[in-house]
Amino acid sequence: MKKRFSSLIEIQKEINEGNLNLPELVQYYLTQINKNKHLNAFLEVFEEDAKEQAEEIQKKITLKTAGKLAGMVIAIKDNIVYKDHESSASSQILKGFTSLFSATVVERLLAEDAIIIGRTNCDEFAMGASNENSAFGPVLNAIDNTRVPGGSSGGSAVAVQADMCLASLGSDTGGSIRQPAAFTGIYGLYPTYGAISRWGLIAFASSFDQIGPFTSSVSDMSLLMNCITGKDENDASMAQIEALNIQLTDNTKPLKIAYINDCVNHEGLEESIQTKTFEFIEALKEKGHSLTPIDFPYLDQMVPCYQILTTAEASSNLSRFSGLTYGNRSNNAIDLESMYKTTRSEGFGAEVKRRIMLGTFVLTSDFYDAYYTKAQKVRQVIRQETLKIFENYDIILTPTTSTVAFKIGEKSNNPIAMYLADLFTVQANLAGIPALSIPYGTDDNGLPIGMQIMGKPFEESTLLQLAQQLQ
Amino acid sequence: MTTYEAIIGLEIHIQLLTKSKAYCSDLAEYGALPNTQVSPISLAHPGTLPKHNKEVIEKAIMMGLALNCNITRNNRFDRKNYFYADLPKGYQITQDQTPICTGGFVSIKNKDGEEKSIRITRIHMEEDSGKSMHDQDLNDTLVDYNRAGVPLIELVSEPDLKSAEEAYEYVSEMRKLVRYLGICDGNMEEGSLRCDANVSIRPVGTTTFGTKVEIKNMNSISNVKRAIESEIIRQTELLNSGQTFVSETRGFNALKGQTFSMRTKEAANDYRYFPEPDLPPFIVSDAYLQQLTESLPSLPHQLYNRLKNELSLPEYDAKTITEDKDLTNYFLNITEHTSNYKSAANWTLGTIKSYLNEQAMHINDFHLNASKIAELIALIDLDKLSNSSASQLVFPELVKNPNESVLSIAERLNVIQTNDVNLISGIIAEVLAKYPDKVEEYKNGKKGLLGLFVGEVMKASKGKADPKTVNTEVIKALS
Repeated sequence: MKKRFSSLIEIQKEINEGNLNLPELVQYYLTQINKNKHLNAFLEVFEEDAKEQAEEIQKKITLKTAGKLAGMVIAIKDNIVYKDHESSASSQILKGFTSLFSATVVERLLAEDAIIIGRTNCDEFAMGASNENSAFGPVLNAIDNTRVPGGSSGGSAVAVQADMCLASLGSDTGGSIRQPAAFTGIYGLYPTYGAISRWGLIAFASSFDQIGPFTSSVSDMSLLMNCITGKDENDASMAQIEALNIQLTDNTKPLKIAYINDCVNHEGLEESIQTKTFEFIEALKEKGHSLTPIDFPYLDQMVPCYQILTTAEASSNLSRFSGLTYGNRSNNAIDLESMYKTTRSEGFGAEVKRRIMLGTFVLTSDFYDAYYTKAQKVRQVIRQETLKIFENYDIILTPTTSTVAFKIGEKSNNPIAMYLADLFTVQANLAGIPALSIPYGTDDNGLPIGMQIMGKPFEESTLLQLAQQLQ
Repeated sequence: MTTYEAIIGLEIHIQLLTKSKAYCSDLAEYGALPNTQVSPISLAHPGTLPKHNKEVIEKAIMMGLALNCNITRNNRFDRKNYFYADLPKGYQITQDQTPICTGGFVSIKNKDGEEKSIRITRIHMEEDSGKSMHDQDLNDTLVDYNRAGVPLIELVSEPDLKSAEEAYEYVSEMRKLVRYLGICDGNMEEGSLRCDANVSIRPVGTTTFGTKVEIKNMNSISNVKRAIESEIIRQTELLNSGQTFVSETRGFNALKGQTFSMRTKEAANDYRYFPEPDLPPFIVSDAYLQQLTESLPSLPHQLYNRLKNELSLPEYDAKTITEDKDLTNYFLNITEHTSNYKSAANWTLGTIKSYLNEQAMHINDFHLNASKIAELIALIDLDKLSNSSASQLVFPELVKNPNESVLSIAERLNVIQTNDVNLISGIIAEVLAKYPDKVEEYKNGKKGLLGLFVGEVMKASKGKADPKTVNTEVIKALS
């Protein structure tokens, strides 16, 4: 879709040439947000904050003291907390909840003078693949308003897609950034597990969740990653690494790229996507990369394994939402037990309840070994086998999704079909490796298609350099 | 009637004396105003994450080393899931699969005074819950989350204890140990040490276990003993009258001295344990373990053996002194300045302890340098000071003037004894001259009168004559 600016470089150039200032820029995006209200991408616009920040940062720009992200107008998914601002994870149970602290990513964005323009709609507690599970209504795909934008970070994707902000942050547990990026025709990155602090991310499945950016350009993606990655004492599960330092160049060395046969020839893969995938493969070959088909016979195991482990973790992570000391307590609570029952029955939506029940079930002592223990073993195998591929290849390639954006309501009564929307994306989360969805054309109806490239842990730079070359 | 024996296993929750909580930096101090030591982490706000507290791991390992346990190198953490108002996260972070310490044992004395080894099953780290208060408000239960997240270790024994007395000895030993290690204040009334007992009985000579009952809420060591005693009696009476009972959790009513039913085990929760994904495993390295082993303070039984064997103290003295780590330290400080260990023990357990009791003072607040006690002992041993004037006159004055020398105080109080034979002989002559009749009786065989003469001489010397010299000289003068 046509955008006024597609990268921060353009914006900073305009500002430096005196053709643009930050208050104007913010006003532009506020107008865009207003125009696109029907898409339901934003749950709240921090209009006053953004205007104030714009004034302040404009002064810094004049004084040449502004941070690296001066001019970056960014939105955050509603499951990333921001001090003194509401964060609800698109759930009734947290509606009106104001955080006492900011997520590490928010701190880091603000430290580099990014302007946070609002919080975006998403599937409740990031559980979903269509953004239809939000307690505050679905988000519409800007290209075709009868279609979903993907999920769970649908609002963050559409905010960038419809030019309501330059970039946004989402979170990805099984594809929640990459799948909506593919459906909306933008870049979306699942970073290496442990590269970005989860402090301040409302947890869905702790050992899978990562925050990641949506952008319209590879340069913005690289810059954002350089600003928000790196160790944080508040998140013990993080890698003890410094912030990434991705420097894009004009020289991309030839890479060894493996593409997974089972994915590119999958029976559920839409023909248009398959065609595009082979076009993509050819384009890569033309750039001098070597492309090799490989077998990875775990595709059928991935989604079940992912579902067992993520629902198990979610059932425990969401226990804290009970109306005890914060959030919305049901008015029908008369004692402690009924407080839990009524608050959680009334506060959670159907999909969240389904996953809590599934997760609770797989952790019960009678079924623990049959489900949880087994799924942990499968995850271990998938992780090892995935890393083994990287002994011979630099990149693993698959389409991001098997279909283009589907119709609103098309899969809402079929959870299994919905879960399969993550078919190609969960591998990265199971293995903890970085994966980037690259927008790569459209089908005959103009619906965007995304290509997924996965890399070695902490080698986001290889992914982004390749994407840069193809841009 | 069948004779039964009791089988008892104890679970002790030990609240660790750390500066901050187990998985966040909130203060862990006891006694603050309700809900003043709570951050978003303690209250489980969305987006918060736990982190390791090295002090907790260190203290847990120290306890394990003191109990001869194996130390687990790869420590994983697990979540124990249940809903309760005092548990903001809806789960407790604990160690289910990899307790930090396993195996090990502790020695206690059984009722015949023999050493008995009690095996330790495991020690694991976990966090405390908040505190529900049901008696502060007419309608509502109030919850104080200051305690939520305070570090605990849970110490589980094998069912090696055979009587309430042994359980009493075991808990006493553990309390002594945690105080020695400085990892817990051992205060059962405030709940920093909490004990649950699993009690069953079986006919003597059989090997299968009887129905197990768990007793909770025993807030003192003597209540642990009383509760177990009454529970053994209850179970015995039931079995002897042909009745059975169920496996359940019982509380203890200290006023009635009886246990009462709280809940049956059938309703037990499925805690849905699984590995805590927010905390990476904590690896105990060789170097770290070595460092902790070397920094481990002397333990009560080691000090007891040292006092008894190396310093040749009577068993009673050695045991009584080593009950208290700080008293033991004071005693050992005295012994650095004197070789009269028995006298040092007498002073420690006698004059000093009485003084502390009278003043309701802890030994750590007693600032008299231990070398002063050694000075007192030295003067006594030189016959320059009597025991009674030392403890009754010089000691109180010394406490008031801790910087003055003992000799100067004794001189100031005029209590230095003399063994000047000429002086003493003069006094003896005067005294004997007063009692010619008695002298005659003595010479005629009434030797018991010696005490009278010595006493009179001492009195005439105003207590300053050395009693031994007086004794010798009086005998000489009468012969």
